[in-house]
Amino acid sequence: MSSHYEAPIREPLVLGEKSYHDISVDVGAPVLGKANKSWWIVFTIALIAFLWGLGCIIYTVATGIGVWGLNKTIGWAWDITNFVWWVGIGHAGTLISAVLLLFRQKWRMAVNRSAEAMTIFAVVQAGLFPIIHMGRPWLAYWVLPIPNQFGSLWVNFNSPLLWDVFAISTYLSVSLVFWWTGLLPDFAMIRDRTTSPFQKKIYGILSFGWSGRVKDWQRFEEVSLVLAGLATPLVLSVHTIVSFDFATSVVPGWHSTIYPPYFVAGAIFSGFAMVQTLLIIMRKVSNLEAYITILHIEYMNKVILLTGGIVTTAYIIEYFIAWYSGVPYENYAYLSFGAATGPYWWAFWALITCNLIVPLTLWVKKLRRNIVWTFIVALIINIGMWFERFDIIVIDLSKDRLTSTWAMFQPTFVDIGTFIGTIGFFFVLFLLYARTFPVIAQAEVKTILKSSGESFKRLRAVHGDDHSHVQTVESYPADAGPSANVEDKNFDSAFNELDEDSENNEVDYEANKGKIDQLLNGVGTFDPSIQTQDDLKKINGVGPVMEQKLHQIGIFTFEQVSRMTDREYDLLDEIISEFPGRAKRDDWAGQALILKNKN
Amino acid sequence: MASKKIHAIYTDDDLLMQAVKQTRAANYHISEVFTPFPVHGLDHAVGLAPTRLAITSFLYGLTGLTVAVLMMNYIMIEDWPQNIGGKPSFTFYQNMPAFIPIMFELTVFFAAHLMVITFYMRSKLWPFKKAENPDLRTTDDHFLMEIDAENHDVEKLTKFLYDTGASEISLIENEQDH
Repeated sequence: MSSHYEAPIREPLVLGEKSYHDISVDVGAPVLGKANKSWWIVFTIALIAFLWGLGCIIYTVATGIGVWGLNKTIGWAWDITNFVWWVGIGHAGTLISAVLLLFRQKWRMAVNRSAEAMTIFAVVQAGLFPIIHMGRPWLAYWVLPIPNQFGSLWVNFNSPLLWDVFAISTYLSVSLVFWWTGLLPDFAMIRDRTTSPFQKKIYGILSFGWSGRVKDWQRFEEVSLVLAGLATPLVLSVHTIVSFDFATSVVPGWHSTIYPPYFVAGAIFSGFAMVQTLLIIMRKVSNLEAYITILHIEYMNKVILLTGGIVTTAYIIEYFIAWYSGVPYENYAYLSFGAATGPYWWAFWALITCNLIVPLTLWVKKLRRNIVWTFIVALIINIGMWFERFDIIVIDLSKDRLTSTWAMFQPTFVDIGTFIGTIGFFFVLFLLYARTFPVIAQAEVKTILKSSGESFKRLRAVHGDDHSHVQTVESYPADAGPSANVEDKNFDSAFNELDEDSENNEVDYEANKGKIDQLLNGVGTFDPSIQTQDDLKKINGVGPVMEQKLHQIGIFTFEQVSRMTDREYDLLDEIISEFPGRAKRDDWAGQALILKNKN
Repeated sequence: MASKKIHAIYTDDDLLMQAVKQTRAANYHISEVFTPFPVHGLDHAVGLAPTRLAITSFLYGLTGLTVAVLMMNYIMIEDWPQNIGGKPSFTFYQNMPAFIPIMFELTVFFAAHLMVITFYMRSKLWPFKKAENPDLRTTDDHFLMEIDAENHDVEKLTKFLYDTGASEISLIENEQDH
């Protein structure tokens, strides 16, 4: 249909011959299958880091902030550095889901769910720091304007730290409902696909009884659009407010009107770097390479380039204005022997290298489309953006107006342990998410399949833009009535080509009885009363004819196929003599193992 | 009273759109359509009125702004007009720049959350709600159109749907309590 027109110059966003059902299967696979060994290994490491960090937090709260490396001059260091770093990381999620929705960017659909999850989990980490860096965190509720017995003693609404409270809690809660609303149709898909009663119950609750009515979808889309419209200024405002923590102060180097836009650009810059880090691993681990393609990675690299350029410009402006202002303190903080040549020169040059120089390589198309290089650059940016916050906070504090208060900062193991703990906590949450949540917004990806799917783009290239994708019913079985028109039975779908001859397809059971028994001894037998048979045609190299033959031998499940070794392959070749060596060449056992775990 | 409905299942969104248009043109009443993903233009084809959720959101945003202004005016200007770092606390307008961040955040907070709650209530979605899609495949890759067959010749209607390309057609008879 012409409504699916898309300029041929655009590369496909969904690779391979995918149908709507394939999308459900691929997205549902990690949720419906079992975790593999590497998941458990990474999860255990993350959990240990989290518990270690938890220990550090409890130690801090129980003993006092003095266990950190702070001193009277430098009252903020790793705590607020990590806070701003995590909040910054959280921004890419909302940017992808909200801003790109407003710009109608179709490529956002494969990445938005995970980016939003990253937002939520990163903001949770960020939210820890304002609490634990308090001297008396048990009185944290005093930041809320609650009527009380102290003559109703209120809070002071002039402080950016109070604005932070409102900004972060609004940001977290709005992101959460935005994410959850988008999840409803996907939870419903899992609910309706799972065979386990426990999962059915859980996803039934999580999906809020989503049924996919046309009116629901109409409201759903409106809600998504309005939330995107609200979340976009929210993203900008939240990091702006975070930047006010510094910008509204009188500290030379902090007091700067460029901070709000510059912090926001930096947040998007670091957030996208984190999305790259996570998605490059996830597409591999969860077998989602057909959805999170090299094109998505390139697009995200372009956003990194853009925001990196804005950040670079901001650095240059900061330097220029420090000199241009004629204020000796400003000039001192930046130039003479402030940042670049002072005792923290290494932190300053780490920032310049990681944020300004290394990302420049992404201008080269080859490198931008190179997954390994992207991964390395993303990691470097994450490190560089941590240094940016560290430099802003610590360098500017360490040498302020009075020389008699100059000091250096040295972190203790508790500072470091707390940071590592939040990284661990983040990955604990993200790994749990990757196993229990549909990591791709499948309902959204299905809407772009016909316009941006590789197979449909090819169809249009061959048949013209007006080619209809409707799968027509070829003939109705007159006697059985219309309800007998079941797909595959009486008509073909576009994705199912029965080209093999399905007649004349018998395994000579009597002659091969001995070998068949031997083969089944190796792979195990199929018991229809407790097992269900799998669609063996999903194995590359098995067509309908071969499947029929395997069935006759007694092989019905992926599990059986996955147990095949060289000995079984040879036996199979002897029993079915048409394609000798085929099973081994195509590695049926390996394929079946993957398919088995997907189910 | 027993109500008669016909469920026609389609395997393609374009086919469904076409069928919806034909069914409407033939003056059959489509009581519901279940789809696995938003089919653009389907609400229009079915003849649904546009949703007013955006309007409610605007009103909720105004509410949030009002709450923020009243709260900060009362606390900072009326109840304890203190001198905090030399900020002018004589009138709301004099210290307003410092109130803008929270005025903004509360506007967004109210507009977003109350609209989402309205959406959940209007669409009857909540944690222990039972799903009502009649066929499990409608959240995967099938599209179901439900047509009132009460005052129609079922045979003729079936034949009609079958010509629109439905892959499965079934007659549903419900005993209704009320």
